[in-house]
Amino acid sequence: MSGGRMAAGLYLADSAGEHQGLAVVLFTVFVSVTLAITAWAGRRRSSSEEFFTGGRMFSPMENGFAIAGDYMSAASFLGISGLIALFGYDGLLYSVGFLVAWLVVLMLVAELVRNCGRYTLADVLSARMRQRPVRVAAGTSSVVVSVLYLVAQMVGAGSLVGLLIGGEGAAARTWAVIGVGALMVFYVSFGGMRATTWIQIVKTVLLIGGTVMLTVMVLVRFHGNVDDLLHSAATGSGHGEAFLAPGLKYGGSWTSRLDFISLGLALVLGTAGLPHILSRFYTVPTARSARRSVVWAIGLIGSFYLMTIVLGFGAAAVVGSGTVRESNAAGNTAVPLLAEALGGGSGSTWGTVLFAVVGAVAFATILAVVAGITLASSASVAHDLYTALRRPAARHGRRDPAEAAMEEDEVRVARFAAVGIGAVAIALSLLAQDQNIAFLVGLAFAVAASANLPALLYSLFWRRFTTRGSVWAVYGGLVPALLLVVLSPVVSGRPDALFPGVDFHVFPLQNPGLISIPLGFLAGWLGTVLSPEPADPGRYAETEVRSLTGAGAV
Amino acid sequence: MDKHDGGDPLGLRVDDPWRDAEGAGLWVPDQGVPAAPPVAVPPAEAGDREGVFVEVQHSAAFQEVRDRYRGFVFPVAAAFVAWYLLYLVLATTAPGLMGRQVAGEVNVAMVAGLAQFATTFLLTWAYVRHARLRRDRAALDLRWTLATRTGQERVR
Repeated sequence: MSGGRMAAGLYLADSAGEHQGLAVVLFTVFVSVTLAITAWAGRRRSSSEEFFTGGRMFSPMENGFAIAGDYMSAASFLGISGLIALFGYDGLLYSVGFLVAWLVVLMLVAELVRNCGRYTLADVLSARMRQRPVRVAAGTSSVVVSVLYLVAQMVGAGSLVGLLIGGEGAAARTWAVIGVGALMVFYVSFGGMRATTWIQIVKTVLLIGGTVMLTVMVLVRFHGNVDDLLHSAATGSGHGEAFLAPGLKYGGSWTSRLDFISLGLALVLGTAGLPHILSRFYTVPTARSARRSVVWAIGLIGSFYLMTIVLGFGAAAVVGSGTVRESNAAGNTAVPLLAEALGGGSGSTWGTVLFAVVGAVAFATILAVVAGITLASSASVAHDLYTALRRPAARHGRRDPAEAAMEEDEVRVARFAAVGIGAVAIALSLLAQDQNIAFLVGLAFAVAASANLPALLYSLFWRRFTTRGSVWAVYGGLVPALLLVVLSPVVSGRPDALFPGVDFHVFPLQNPGLISIPLGFLAGWLGTVLSPEPADPGRYAETEVRSLTGAGAV
Repeated sequence: MDKHDGGDPLGLRVDDPWRDAEGAGLWVPDQGVPAAPPVAVPPAEAGDREGVFVEVQHSAAFQEVRDRYRGFVFPVAAAFVAWYLLYLVLATTAPGLMGRQVAGEVNVAMVAGLAQFATTFLLTWAYVRHARLRRDRAALDLRWTLATRTGQERVR
């Protein structure tokens, strides 16, 4: 057993060439299919409705698959099962947070957002407020959240390629990041929402298919005996029974426990503030179909996370935590190694095939997720920031023929914005190449929960909420969240920090959510109380009636 | 947009976020809405449309829909967030309790984690059922009422 483990650990370095060819072929097939989808979708005329929402006529099932595709990133597929393989139960805490978050989306956000908005989060926030300041605030925070999330995914792409295809070389990772960035810009600027949605659907089918296959193989190997699986996992981990209980990763100091509570809060509240998730609700015709798409998404995402638990424990049982850690200290290669072991081990034909399949699926996952985020953030730039900053004077004029040109303009700006955001994300990803992916994702969730969620919930449910409250809620969550990260041990003061040489960390936690989410809510309340003008009851009536009945929804 | 909007009788402000869209190719009912000239509407009339919304907001039918929605969603949301936080705090602060074995290798932590999955699925089902049986029809009726009152509904 231990000899086999060592062999598997050396395998990545030894015979990368064998599965490299197959993985490249599979991945090339996926890229060709997505390019064909983009070309097909790009032939349609490009109204902003078409570009930002794909025509709003997707079925709930299609949109549910696309939402699941947007949400299930490589951080989930490789990261969570890797964490479970290394730390046992503590990895499972992630998947619970990621799933429970969908109840917030389902009950408080999805239908109301569908009824009140057109393309972006800022549409909902500014619906009963003064347009310009609220749009600029919401647009800014949406872009910040999206860029953080993008960087996390692209760093993941870089290390995945380094591990699966081309060894550890820095050049391979750099080219992987640049290649992913170029592809996502192409999908978004030529295919818009229609192409992005279909790419997500294809990706979800591949990802769920791959996960089901591996899960069945793990269960068959243990003859369907979960107890046996757990026992072998506890043995294979080297931790014994402690592996199956919480505490291995986050059980140390009180700082690390608080840090985990902070992360858990960010996960459960952040999803409802992610711009690329919110914009998916505009691709279906009604609030009812938005609700039904979330139900599909919850079904897919829930079963996916249940299966990653099996895969994580399976990797600990079949491959062994030690071997996983040797291959990648963060555990990101647990699932590929498990696939290889299930196929017959290193060097066997099926082992090689399964390893390549898992690698290609993971890469497809990353590619689809980054396309979805890029689209949402370019919509924020074009529809919120550009519109608000360029035509403030239009508030008092009536709609004229120039407005139609403005629509065209918005799409053009969005295409260029995709290029710009792609460039920024590539540059940042190359800088952050050594950061932990799960941390970066947690950070994006924390910023979304602090900046977007308070403003969103207040504007949907609080009668007295005002323009000032809205602007303060967004900045009051966004600025503390970012500031606390800069002052955290992630940026300075530790060997694995962004700037290991200096130490200006004051805030002990890695994740700012525990402080910045309440601050966002507090700032929104304070801004409303201190507003010079009270909220307009007529416009609140319109928001409330629209949000619950769907009257006048586009 | 104007050509789709049934004459747009109620004087819409351009900064209104719900109405600077092009309703591309959608059928719009013009059920008895007087075709007023689309330009030069005094801004005071904007209040009329809001007046309709205020009136609907105060109507018994709408209050019913809103109370049913909030009556279900607020307590349930409070409950599942509390249950999740309880789980989170227990997992980080009471590993001893969570590690206690229930059956075979399955311990309290494992049961609690799977219970989180189970409650998520269960509440999803309950919410959808509640919305379908208690809210959807009334909301749709109100939507039609508003469509005839404001003449701006885009119907699919």
